[in-house]
Amino acid sequence: MSALPRRAALVLAIALAGGALPGAAGEIPLNERRSAYEDMSRDNKAMQDDDTSNPGMLAVLDGEALWSAKAGASGKSCADCHGDAKASMKGVAARYPAFNDSAGRPVDLEQRINLSREQDQKSAPFAYESKDMLALSAYVATQSRGEPIAPSDDPRLAPFIDKGRALFNLRQGQLNLSCAQCHDDNWGKHLAGNTVPQAHPTGYPIYRLEWQSLGSLQRRLRNCIIGMRAETYAYGAPEYVDMELYLMWRARGMKMETPAVRP
Amino acid sequence: MAARTLINVPQKAKRGDVIQIKTLISHIMETGFRRDNVGALVPRDIITSFTCTYNGETIFDAELHQAIAANPFITFHTVATESGTIAFRWTGDHGFLQEASAKITVE
Repeated sequence: MSALPRRAALVLAIALAGGALPGAAGEIPLNERRSAYEDMSRDNKAMQDDDTSNPGMLAVLDGEALWSAKAGASGKSCADCHGDAKASMKGVAARYPAFNDSAGRPVDLEQRINLSREQDQKSAPFAYESKDMLALSAYVATQSRGEPIAPSDDPRLAPFIDKGRALFNLRQGQLNLSCAQCHDDNWGKHLAGNTVPQAHPTGYPIYRLEWQSLGSLQRRLRNCIIGMRAETYAYGAPEYVDMELYLMWRARGMKMETPAVRP
Repeated sequence: MAARTLINVPQKAKRGDVIQIKTLISHIMETGFRRDNVGALVPRDIITSFTCTYNGETIFDAELHQAIAANPFITFHTVATESGTIAFRWTGDHGFLQEASAKITVE
């Protein structure tokens, strides 16, 4: 056999392997997507649906107070620039992560809040998963409740969506699992008694009964990465933001539920 | 930040109706059994009692212990007897005290 056909065969094999990647073949058809809300018990649904039963609303009340609290050297509150969040923040969380010019890459809602705190309010950033960050991000995201997830069509986001997709399909950890193997290929089946969800980030930050608190999408991603027995990234790592961006793109058009309740 | 409460009492009811009351309060309900990342015991910090009064008369009370999850959600029923105020009081460790109330009109 001459060298040339062998090389051609190798190229063909690589092309076939590329075509069989789960990202291309396994993505859930748009009309088959469902929120994990559908899989919850009647009691948990009732808890989410009633604003006086939903424990996420306690944090939303804290967030509402933070929205109008003056902070930092500027002596300004969020409301001083953005006015009534019910109008100015409607639909905002539904299109994050979004491209940020100063960062030169997409930033998620939490990072965007901290950019405003540092650059505009001249104040210290909130730590990830701190009570204040969860409260303020929950308050902002709740203004998008019922709105369709609408990722920006900014072409600068495309390479980051691709990075997020690649991470979602990357087999990793001691279990050698990818996100897609559960959430694209085996959703609806059971893992340790729980229904495997499709992993659409429709309600973040969520109140998770297991956590007994509100938590961000990054906390949830860390949860799964630990479950794969892989190494987590630090909070705020670009890998997480790329995954958040891909997941929001994957859930485009689905309704926001913040603050969602999950078991 | 002060505790937050969410109260659900029907604004209006017919005399004799059985009404549902729902209460939710923000509280960490730290059990006192957990250790922090240097091995020190995290002190207990829980709500220990909850009382509901209807125009001053106690209609429901509860003792809370470590096994109650964070942000306790307590719901119960009562009979709507007269218009007035339904008041709620939570007390707990380290002098924790939170009160809330709701008005009801009974026709």
